Amino acid sequence: MAEEIVQETMVNVWRKAGQFDAAKASASTWVFTIARNMRIDMLRKANRPEPDANDPSWVPDPEPQAFDLVSRDQQAAGVHRAMAALPAEQQDVLRLAFFEDLPHGEVAERLGVPLGTVKSRIRLAMKRIRSELGDGQ
Amino acid sequence: MTVSHHPSDELLFDYASGALGEAWSLAIATHLALCPRCRAAVSGLERLGGELVEAAPMEAVSDGLLDAVLTRVDAAPAPAASPVPVLKVAPTTAPRLPQPLRDYVGGDVETLPWRRLGRGAYQCLIPLQEAGVTARLLRIPAGKPVPEHSHGGLELTLVLCGAFSDDSGTCGRGDLQEADETTLHQPHAAAEKDCICLAITDAPLRFKSLAARMVQPLLGI
Repeated sequence: MAEEIVQETMVNVWRKAGQFDAAKASASTWVFTIARNMRIDMLRKANRPEPDANDPSWVPDPEPQAFDLVSRDQQAAGVHRAMAALPAEQQDVLRLAFFEDLPHGEVAERLGVPLGTVKSRIRLAMKRIRSELGDGQ
Repeated sequence: MTVSHHPSDELLFDYASGALGEAWSLAIATHLALCPRCRAAVSGLERLGGELVEAAPMEAVSDGLLDAVLTRVDAAPAPAASPVPVLKVAPTTAPRLPQPLRDYVGGDVETLPWRRLGRGAYQCLIPLQEAGVTARLLRIPAGKPVPEHSHGGLELTLVLCGAFSDDSGTCGRGDLQEADETTLHQPHAAAEKDCICLAITDAPLRFKSLAARMVQPLLGI
């Protein structure tokens, strides 16, 4: 099944190449989102509900203020830094959750840590990412 | 008017990683349409997913895989060089249900097959591909209470029109409230207009009053 997902992902990367916008996301991020959606489609046979930026009900991003203007490149570098700064055991949690499609309970079981630890590691990773994105909360 | 009640980090994380089920994802995706701040958090997490892809160790695939991909790519029409720009025509009134919710229910609030719940309230069940979790739109008349209840499992409520209040505060358009076994609350719709919200539940609600519990099976909630 993993090979089928790889195959579908590569074919879709080709088909959707015209939609790739380097100003919005890095290539690896874009490939990740396609692979993720393929996995949901093929393993769960379910839709992934996603918002539509062209929908008239979409609430647009606020105009960036000059003083908090952080470029996409800087944000990407920030996420890279945040990721590299995480201790190995926190990276393990993220990897299992992102790639193995495991519920938090099973991530905890695999790593032999309590569920609360998995949850607090996820929250901590989120906090670092938010601060790198300039979100004060 | 900005959104003040956001999904928990865990929900955003699971939505971005792809682990979240369809019904919960529908609530998160609809919230994202209305909340630039959570959109930024999700795209940060997707960037993290990309980082993890780059950092992951290489893994061998079978010999035939590349050929299989190339054959399929050759058979497929060449992709368009750039996305066709979408002509944005400002509608006279924006629909009240954002995408992807509007497609799921098959229209905007006026055209839905609302079913009477009693005491002036209505509901509309939303068809899903994944079983076990229920998604519905609720319409609570202005100023009226939703019967006091607690939850057997997790409940997400996303406000789409009007507002409701309970002990924890007021929720307006775009606000998402998370409730679980420990929450006993009695939300009231605000007085100005009917409150329409998307409610996702993974277990039946537990109503406090005997009368409400007795009619619950008849109402299908």
